[in-house]
Amino acid sequence: MHNIESNNTLENKPCSDKGEGPAASEEEVIAARTKEILARFPHKRSSLIPILQAIQERLGYIDGISMEAVASHLGLALVEVYGVATFYNQFRFHPPGRHQIKVCLGTACHVRGGGIILENFERKLDIKSGETTSDREFSLDSVACVGCCALAPVAVIDEEIKGHMMPSKVEGIILGFELEKEKQAREKHDPGENGDQG
Amino acid sequence: MATKAETPLNTYEKIKEQAVQHWQRFESASVPKIAIGTATCGIAAGALETKKAFEEFLTEEGIEAIVRTVGCSGHCYAEPTVVIHCPYTDFPPILYYNVTPGKARMLIRSFIKDGDPLFEYMLGAMAPDELLPSVSDFPRFSKETRVVMEKCGLINPESIYEYVALGGYEALAKALELEPEGIIHQVKRSGLRGRGGAGFPTGVKWEIAREAEGPNSTKYVICNADEGDPGAYMDRTILESNPHQVLEGMIICAYAIGASKCFIYVRAEYPLAVKTITKAIEEAAQLGFLGESVLGSSFDIQVEVFQGSGAFVCGEETALVSSIEGKRGMPRHRPPFPAEKGLWDKPTVINNVKTFASVPPILNHGARWFRNIGTESSPGTAIFSVVGDVKHAGLVEIPTGVTLRTLVFEICGGPPNKKGFKAVQIGGPSGGCLPEAFLDIPIDFDTLTQAGAMMGSGGMVVMDEETCMVDVARYFLEFTQKESCGKCTFCRIGTRHLLEVLMRITRGEGEKGDIELLEELARHVKLGSLCGLGRTAPNPVLTSLKYFRDEYEAHIKEKRCPAMVCRSLTAFYIDLGKCARGCDACVGSCPTKAIFTTRDRKKAIDQELCVKCGECVVACPPEYNAVRKISPAHKVPIVERPEEDMQD
Repeated sequence: MHNIESNNTLENKPCSDKGEGPAASEEEVIAARTKEILARFPHKRSSLIPILQAIQERLGYIDGISMEAVASHLGLALVEVYGVATFYNQFRFHPPGRHQIKVCLGTACHVRGGGIILENFERKLDIKSGETTSDREFSLDSVACVGCCALAPVAVIDEEIKGHMMPSKVEGIILGFELEKEKQAREKHDPGENGDQG
Repeated sequence: MATKAETPLNTYEKIKEQAVQHWQRFESASVPKIAIGTATCGIAAGALETKKAFEEFLTEEGIEAIVRTVGCSGHCYAEPTVVIHCPYTDFPPILYYNVTPGKARMLIRSFIKDGDPLFEYMLGAMAPDELLPSVSDFPRFSKETRVVMEKCGLINPESIYEYVALGGYEALAKALELEPEGIIHQVKRSGLRGRGGAGFPTGVKWEIAREAEGPNSTKYVICNADEGDPGAYMDRTILESNPHQVLEGMIICAYAIGASKCFIYVRAEYPLAVKTITKAIEEAAQLGFLGESVLGSSFDIQVEVFQGSGAFVCGEETALVSSIEGKRGMPRHRPPFPAEKGLWDKPTVINNVKTFASVPPILNHGARWFRNIGTESSPGTAIFSVVGDVKHAGLVEIPTGVTLRTLVFEICGGPPNKKGFKAVQIGGPSGGCLPEAFLDIPIDFDTLTQAGAMMGSGGMVVMDEETCMVDVARYFLEFTQKESCGKCTFCRIGTRHLLEVLMRITRGEGEKGDIELLEELARHVKLGSLCGLGRTAPNPVLTSLKYFRDEYEAHIKEKRCPAMVCRSLTAFYIDLGKCARGCDACVGSCPTKAIFTTRDRKKAIDQELCVKCGECVVACPPEYNAVRKISPAHKVPIVERPEEDMQD
């Protein structure tokens, strides 16, 4: 595979992604971070899944650049790494949104209308499950079961589990994030101003 | 074996002494003790906010108290649960339910400060009491027999001392003084069967692994905590609430079969369980329960956590092994079974979380004690996560042989809101739906399999009369179709075809002959698949066809969904006779602005825009109760939208 050479140079380069000249490109950051992670793992096939998990935890997703580096680290063909990564539900291959929304579609959630909750998110965000909004603000996914069935239907918003979801709560959650963003933007613009509504 | 001077039991006794001191310091403290359940379900219900509220109000009021976190007691319907003990009152520890931050403040003011325990907030007393109702009088508590979950919800899962103080790791110390064969013999005599679903005798599995390739070869032990069944979460709760009991069972198994390395394969989707078990391994290593020369003996054991990446098929043991090896989680042909040739082709025992957690009690109380619990053929207890349409959802540990009726109606309270019971789905996507007629069968491995369901890992979803069985079958098929690993043609393509037929039926495009087609396809998929996933995938379809055939027929012939769930076959409308003039309650609730005002200032639904989410049913004030559902959809009364735009 033609990428092996570039991976080797990546291996040999001294690693310092922070403060390495002005504004490293996204690709360079990904390559450097992947390299840092790979250094922690032995060159064994059994490290493959833990490596992919570590990369996703650090970068939010698994980029092609990372996969190439993993393949050369473990001495595997790129297709092997790709095959394993795409087999498992955990891994994603596109950058996630700033806020990650996961709607549970486990049995209990299904029976109690989880599908309707997912549909509402899709409609409000104007994306399909598995996609990210164009401003990279929200990404939407469905999950098989988060194990809080007694609270069904459930949605996980940025690690926080919201139980007893209703379509009307969907709007509230997104509105909450939008208001927060506006507030932050306002504070950035005029930090001194507060409370002029009296 | 250990040197004679320091036997494992001696070493253990010393550790236990420290642990007991630690526990007694806490027990004998005269300040109020507040225990909050903070497993995943508790946290989801707001337990962390409740904990923060307790801590803040206590500081505000200047009261000294011990606030501690414990695992989950299984009463998910009551989360967040809090147990408060005020030693200076006459009351025993009291269990409170649904404790919000507001209730936390009330409890501190009334109970902790003034000694009034607030009857209206309590579930009951944790010990018998003259004044208060005791929780052990409720069926939700009294019908349970706790072997695996005995300490769940009582101890802090992040403190090994609490587990040891209550007798934890004693079974390991005892086991290390026995010959490995003696342990296997005891486990065999106890009749323990694998709690992962298939029910293979655990002792036999251990024996095969011990004898395979001689006692000195490399062997492995794997704890299967890849709980992928949607609707099942007992393995997670056990790992989060009492990880040491699982760990102890694993180490005993490793000693018995002669392994030197254990893996705990837990889903990455369970971050708290991963954290708790990792902490437990560290603590156990510090006290010498694992690592080199366990409790001073010559036995070494390493335990590692492996995070599963979310593939349902990895619950199948050979797929799980492939996954640890860094490959796609695809099942292999058995035999050879993993007990003979497993991880890296070495003999490997793979048992479920609950199986390992059953081992320490067996060694502590003896095989006969265990045999006396439950039925002859499946002794011990079974843990179910009973969810769906029941009042008291949560984890229930019952002796095998209890009937489904007792479990669903007596223990869990049956369906809420006075709705009728329709079916119970047991065993997740591999299991089946059983109707009312089967409620009196006793629960054990064999009877459930005969009925067409399966014990599975213990997921149990109760469905009330408003559940469509065709939709449920479609749901499970969608799941297994997505999770099929693709190795066997019948599973890969067969499940897809089954799903397509079911989709057609739920969309109202069912044709004559579809039922027969489903039956034939299901039979082929069952016969032509290698692993449990494919062989059991058609079960939800087959059982629902067997017990609820009329629903399929209504969908196909009349294009009617009797439960009014399938959205293509159902429509919503507003009963103009009931709708109140000028009331706007439903308008704001509609996510698609499908509700408009009629000429006489009542409301109606634009069928073109309606997405059938049911929000307006909830929003309509109960005194009007005007929103109706109808199936088949074409029978819906049409109300013309007035020409002029009525939205102001």
